Amino acid sequence: MTTAAPDAPLLQVGTLTKTFGGFTALDNISVNIKKGERFGLIGPNGSGKTTLINCISGALKPQAGSVVFCGEDITQLPPHLRARRGIARSFQIPRPFKSMTVLENLMVGLDFAAAGSTAAEEEIAMSILTRMGLASKAGAPSDALSQVELRKMELARAMAVRPKLLISDEAMAGLSSSEVDEVLDLLISLGEEDITIIMIEHIMQAVMRFSERVMCLDAGKIIALGEPAEVMANKRVQEAYLGT
Amino acid sequence: MNKRSHSIAFWAGIAVFLVAVLSMTQIVRNEYPFFAGYVILQFIALAVAWTILGGYAGYVNFGTNAFFGVGVYTAVALFKATGAPLVVQIAAAAVVGMLLGFGVGLLTLRMRGIFFSIATIALAIIIETFVMNWRFVGGAAGIQLQRPPVMAPFDSYVKMLFFVQAVLVVIAVGIARYIQNSRMGRGLQALRDDELAAECTGVPTLKLKLVACMISGALMSAVGAPAAMYLQYADPSSAFNLTYSVSALAMSLIGGTAHWIGPVLGAILLGSTQQFLAVTISSEVNVLVLGIMLVLFVVGAPKGIIGLLRPRYRLRAGGKQ
Repeated sequence: MTTAAPDAPLLQVGTLTKTFGGFTALDNISVNIKKGERFGLIGPNGSGKTTLINCISGALKPQAGSVVFCGEDITQLPPHLRARRGIARSFQIPRPFKSMTVLENLMVGLDFAAAGSTAAEEEIAMSILTRMGLASKAGAPSDALSQVELRKMELARAMAVRPKLLISDEAMAGLSSSEVDEVLDLLISLGEEDITIIMIEHIMQAVMRFSERVMCLDAGKIIALGEPAEVMANKRVQEAYLGT
Repeated sequence: MNKRSHSIAFWAGIAVFLVAVLSMTQIVRNEYPFFAGYVILQFIALAVAWTILGGYAGYVNFGTNAFFGVGVYTAVALFKATGAPLVVQIAAAAVVGMLLGFGVGLLTLRMRGIFFSIATIALAIIIETFVMNWRFVGGAAGIQLQRPPVMAPFDSYVKMLFFVQAVLVVIAVGIARYIQNSRMGRGLQALRDDELAAECTGVPTLKLKLVACMISGALMSAVGAPAAMYLQYADPSSAFNLTYSVSALAMSLIGGTAHWIGPVLGAILLGSTQQFLAVTISSEVNVLVLGIMLVLFVVGAPKGIIGLLRPRYRLRAGGKQ
């Protein structure tokens, strides 16, 4: 196993390029994410946010560039091996294991990504669910959940992988403002436990409150990267969001 | 409920089944029940084997006949070349079926849904064509086989084959049950629900599908191996008959694919109906009945017999609710 120097970045994305036919979704993206950082990823629709995290989680393979996690080059690894190394994600449109209960959904991650005995696994799964406020739904079939419960379950399932890096892809889309606060509080409390989090989000108050650094993508390029207030004040960011 | 007491009940049931089958071969004199029962047992084993890939993983395999036929002809070729005993024929068929499952899986399991199914149909046609042109095993005309003398404690070869097929059923059910309760079963269920989400949750989807395809294939070929001795004859168009694929699939779907008991119930129901109809009306009618029952179940009970018996069976694991 490779252990990185203590001050080395947890995730290094180097000159990443991803094209779909003639369309360049990611154009030469380089960014380092520090251990324990809360990182916001913003950009208008179609700017490449989800493509970037698909390349980080392994759902897509880039044409060029590299992804280095904990000092190890994982560019060619399939998603399940990245999950075992500690990269977990939620999906923009929730993708629960529909034929399973909420608890069983979590057991998948505990079974395959984080080794341990079954008895202990159920305890861990229950403690994650309690944390997420889903304990009362543990035995419920996952296709009977409400939207906010589904979002929380996706995060809980990602947590069951015991991640070092958690990527949340618009976990708050379509939620009411009180629900947004609820999910945001959860993410912030996870960040306090040494889990590095990348959050993709359109809801600006959430991004501002959550992030230590924000990166804005537009048409596959980084147009701003820095502290939240700084990025929001950036002219190009405002243009990308509001149009010229 | 307690896992351990479940296991004890299961293996006790298996022991009772095997003892019952064995004593039946010793007591009943008429050969016909064994002749008919063999076919039902054969379909139970085939349906259970099919469910490991088709049900647990959701990859619909139309190539049951390819694996079955490969089992038949592995046994025939081995018997003709070396006169190997039945057990060796079955073991060899299982190995060949497993290798075939590995090869087919590697080539086709990256394809999703309907593409995998189409590829498995093509597989059966390719292998059947190959066997048709293989002189050593009789080619398209088929081959007659002389049964070796029967072994004690059986007094007829058909009775012995009936017992052998019962053992194969036990092996298939034991393996299916083990997979269902294991980590692998959970992984297959996850990838059936959502393959990308499963991958991102740490499930090695391609590896699990491959293993499921190899186990399923090995069992199907093993089940096919005694068929040549049963009929004392083998020919490509009956060994590779599409009916095996359709039946295995229909029996699993009618029984329900989420639990190993599903294909067992489906095969008992359909298999015995077919045997009954073949005797009372005609052997052609049973294909019609198969079709009608499949339509009725798909419309009325999409989760099969087990879905009807326990509509809320999936809530068992959660506790509350």
